[in-house]
Amino acid sequence: MAKRFDVLVVGAGPTGLAAAQAAASHGAQVGLLDAQARPGGQVWRHDVRHQAPRAAREAFATLDNVTWLAQHSVVANEPQGLRVETPGGSELLGYNALILATGARERLLPFPGWTLPGVCGAGGAQALTKQGWPVAGKRVVVAGSGPLLLAAAATLRAHGARVLGIYEQASAATVRRFASQLLHWPARAAQAAALRARLAGVPYRCGSVVQRAHGEAQLQGVEVDGPRGTQRIDCDLLAVGYGLVPQVELAALLGCALQQTGKHPRVRVDGLLRTSVPGIFAAGEITGIGGLAVARIEGTMAGHAAAGFDQEAHALRAQRDKARGFAALLDTHFALDPRIHRLADARTIVCRCEDITLGELDGFGDARDAKLATRCGMGACQGRLCGSALAELGRFPRSGSRPPLFPARLATLAGHTSLSPSDDAYRGS
Amino acid sequence: MSRLLRLSVNGQSVDVPAGASVAAAIAQATLHFRRSVRGTPRAPLCGMGVCFECRVRVDGVAHVRACMTPAVEGMQVYTDG
Repeated sequence: MAKRFDVLVVGAGPTGLAAAQAAASHGAQVGLLDAQARPGGQVWRHDVRHQAPRAAREAFATLDNVTWLAQHSVVANEPQGLRVETPGGSELLGYNALILATGARERLLPFPGWTLPGVCGAGGAQALTKQGWPVAGKRVVVAGSGPLLLAAAATLRAHGARVLGIYEQASAATVRRFASQLLHWPARAAQAAALRARLAGVPYRCGSVVQRAHGEAQLQGVEVDGPRGTQRIDCDLLAVGYGLVPQVELAALLGCALQQTGKHPRVRVDGLLRTSVPGIFAAGEITGIGGLAVARIEGTMAGHAAAGFDQEAHALRAQRDKARGFAALLDTHFALDPRIHRLADARTIVCRCEDITLGELDGFGDARDAKLATRCGMGACQGRLCGSALAELGRFPRSGSRPPLFPARLATLAGHTSLSPSDDAYRGS
Repeated sequence: MSRLLRLSVNGQSVDVPAGASVAAAIAQATLHFRRSVRGTPRAPLCGMGVCFECRVRVDGVAHVRACMTPAVEGMQVYTDG
């Protein structure tokens, strides 16, 4: 039998937490699930050493009014609801209204050497550091694009890493223009100033791109191409990320209409965050990368609307639109330099799951043909990484989303709610 | 500083603070989490459960994403490195 909620929220980042809280404030029975063990999503991820920001702690405190479903990962859509895998088995979760708050992942782009241990995303490095990854005394290069680089560098430094430099691909002139716009966004300006203060003494270089990572069994150094030529920097860790892309896989699986923003899809919603599928709402990063402020407002809007309180949702639209304005600013100023699309050469691995190089994909015009001939996109990540990268590189977009959404146990797909002891030996293998 | 947990990674004892992930525990011992299909060493890339580069064997269960799994006292972890 399916458990049933008035409102089910998928994703417990700032969007999902706000959505669950808003829906529960109207007396709705709310379920909030996340594949992670703790709420907070990425931006409010638990840090083993440092206390969460106050806004995050306040949001976690409101979980008392909702059913919190940790380590619940949606794998499929069934007539009665969502099929969810847990560490100990699986469940079917029914709902009257569903709010998708699946957030974003990093835009991770291939370059020679990017598969070496010691190379990770910028947000990836931040997440791992918060998980207790040993970075104290390690030499770290932070690179890529956007404000996330500053946040990642600050976390790394707070855990004792030696941040050798932050290498931003956008030009100095563009970054200056962006900074001057911050005058119109006092809260953001204060945030940026606080981050810079925490990073005092760390070089911030614009117009600079990591074009290669060196090492045999693991990373030993990187080659940075900047306005003053190419330099080699020895380091233990490279944290490199080029911003974020919406995670639309579940929305696509449920049949919600998507729309393209640049090279990546986002979920299409109306003014009350309704998707094209009745009863399904989408909020936050999956409706277009907007950042924390947008996430929290849209989460609240979706929570109100999903509980049937449209006016409360509507009242927040102006505030949301203003917050989206800042996101648009980021988008324009941190647009990717075309040379980043040329970093990968024919021998660079693009599909990390199946070890398929960019050269092996020459001549293919769509993801399905490439997959059938090369296995590109058929590995454990199900084309999330190579799909977004190939779309970014202008090769071809990812093919559609099919169940299971993530690799799942056969017992889950068969609808078994709990694993028998004998399954232990087989699950996942 | 929070309480420490002791895990075994490839037979080697490692200590991590409570609340740490299995990925963080492994990194105390090795950066080689798995071997790719063509045999090259890999380590976590995304840190959030998307890339599957951190998958290892935990208490006999294969293909567990180390970055998504909270460290537990006494866990037996094996990498493919």
